[in-house]
Amino acid sequence: MKLRQSLVNTVVARGTSAMNNLRGVYTLWYRDILIFGRDRLHIISSVTLPLLFVFVFGIGLSARMGFLAPGIDFAQFLFPGIIGMTILMSSFTAGVSVVWDREVGFLKEVLVAPISRASVAVGKTLGTATIALFQGIIILLFAPLLGISLSAWTVLALLPLMLLLAVSMSSLGIVLATRIRSMEAFHGVMSLLMFPMVFLSGAFFPLQGLPAWMDVLVKLNPVTYGIAPIRQVVLGASPDSLFGINLLGHTMSLWENVAVLALFAAAMILLAMWSFGRQE
Amino acid sequence: MTDYIIKVEKLVKRFGKLVAVDDISFSVAPGEVFGFLGPNGAGKTTTINILCTLSKPTSGRATVNGFDVVRQQSQVRQSIGLVFQDPSLDVRLSGLQNLHFHASVYHMPASIRDQRIEQVLRIMELWDRRNSEVRTYSGGMKRRLELARGLLHYPKVLFLDEPTLGLDPQTRSHIWEYIHDLRQREGTTIFLTTHYMDEAENADRIAIIDYGKLVAMDTPERLKNIVGKDIISVKTDDNDRAVEEIRLRYRIEATRDSDGLTFEIANGEEFLPTFIREFDTKILSISLHRPSLDDVFLKLTGHEIRQEAASDEIKAIARQYGRRTRH
Repeated sequence: MKLRQSLVNTVVARGTSAMNNLRGVYTLWYRDILIFGRDRLHIISSVTLPLLFVFVFGIGLSARMGFLAPGIDFAQFLFPGIIGMTILMSSFTAGVSVVWDREVGFLKEVLVAPISRASVAVGKTLGTATIALFQGIIILLFAPLLGISLSAWTVLALLPLMLLLAVSMSSLGIVLATRIRSMEAFHGVMSLLMFPMVFLSGAFFPLQGLPAWMDVLVKLNPVTYGIAPIRQVVLGASPDSLFGINLLGHTMSLWENVAVLALFAAAMILLAMWSFGRQE
Repeated sequence: MTDYIIKVEKLVKRFGKLVAVDDISFSVAPGEVFGFLGPNGAGKTTTINILCTLSKPTSGRATVNGFDVVRQQSQVRQSIGLVFQDPSLDVRLSGLQNLHFHASVYHMPASIRDQRIEQVLRIMELWDRRNSEVRTYSGGMKRRLELARGLLHYPKVLFLDEPTLGLDPQTRSHIWEYIHDLRQREGTTIFLTTHYMDEAENADRIAIIDYGKLVAMDTPERLKNIVGKDIISVKTDDNDRAVEEIRLRYRIEATRDSDGLTFEIANGEEFLPTFIREFDTKILSISLHRPSLDDVFLKLTGHEIRQEAASDEIKAIARQYGRRTRH
């Protein structure tokens, strides 16, 4: 009796403090990692498609295309794009897991817990983003097979770039999941959004000399600003080459790209936190 | 201590034109088992959802453990445990991991967490299976795990929304043993919704709800008295003499039927021993029929509660089946 009195009272007295919210974020994050870690098949299957893209599609096309830039063939060009694609596709599953949780009922357990909804949204975002980052790193390990040499510095610089892309796409997935109730509808909307975002991001081809309509769509696509810096760092290429973005006559620097994506990520996270709180 | 732990005043919830909860007021005392009885769609789950902060009332006010369900949500949430009508476990995690998750989001200090988890798992007889994935649990085990989870953080009030829906009778009675045991052990207030009449009998007090309105609220005993008295059927070796004796002794007019007689009396259970002791005519057999809550519901609302019960069972089975095939 004494124990339970004291637990309820001390916790209630503290209310929803910052500490409690952090704990909520951590718990949700940890659950995603735990489930992913248990599912070996998921880990393997999640990197199979990207590797096929690079080593079959990429190398196959390289044979005919030759070099895109001095010392860089198509497979090497494609490689960072595929890292971006892997992260994007994996991140969108944050939304799938929210819809799944709602369907199997677990979301209710989360929603009635004494943690803020915003911390739930952040925890889910970070959980999925971490998994997406992990998958991106697995792809990155294959770089030497394509003749791309990465220094420790390059890898260190890549991690925040990859994480930023992962966070922005995870939170977008969560925003969608709070609005779309059925799994079928969510899968529909997801592929409707995901594939155009991948195709129109410069993941597969350079962004120079595109038809005007495509050029507009590419530059409206936030993923574009996530792929370009990853590619520039992986290939050690400069932003004004075939690997950069020219926005209204201005060559976007690496930091400018990062700033655009960071703005998008911040907006999506805030939207996800707000949107999650409004669910009944 | 206050004299109530849940207080609901003039609660209304509208969904568009539909009035799901229509001006309901009641209070629940600490330690009480309070039952919400009514058919599906009567407003039971809507009321629970408001009390546990999942839904906001259109108007009116409710407090749980002294906290307002709209303005002090996190305090209310910390004070309550929930077992939902539909499953709400993560079946990809083990039983233990589900409880760890719960302990963490309910801010349980590590010092008491592990001991408490072991305790609730042992009470619910799940300790041996704690490391198995929940997807391998039977329906009854899942329910027990949800109960274990609901009471893990020492809630002041445990909400049970149709806690035994779709379970076989044996599992149902087991789960009720656990609930009564829990209440004795920890003095937890229990707020229960059900459309099973026999389940409602477990409550200290019952509120009957129909079309969003509170129709009646009292102890099961008193509710049954609304319907009428208990009916005693007796067979004797001389039924004519028995009718005469009952008339003289108790001033009750018994009715003869083919091979015995019946008569009505209040508090039949208390009457029976006296009757048997002092009755002169030789009794061959005797039985007591108490009015059930079914009779009460019918009398108060003009329709039966059971009509929907059968289709609910089918829905529950379909739901379980659907889940199983999805994995």
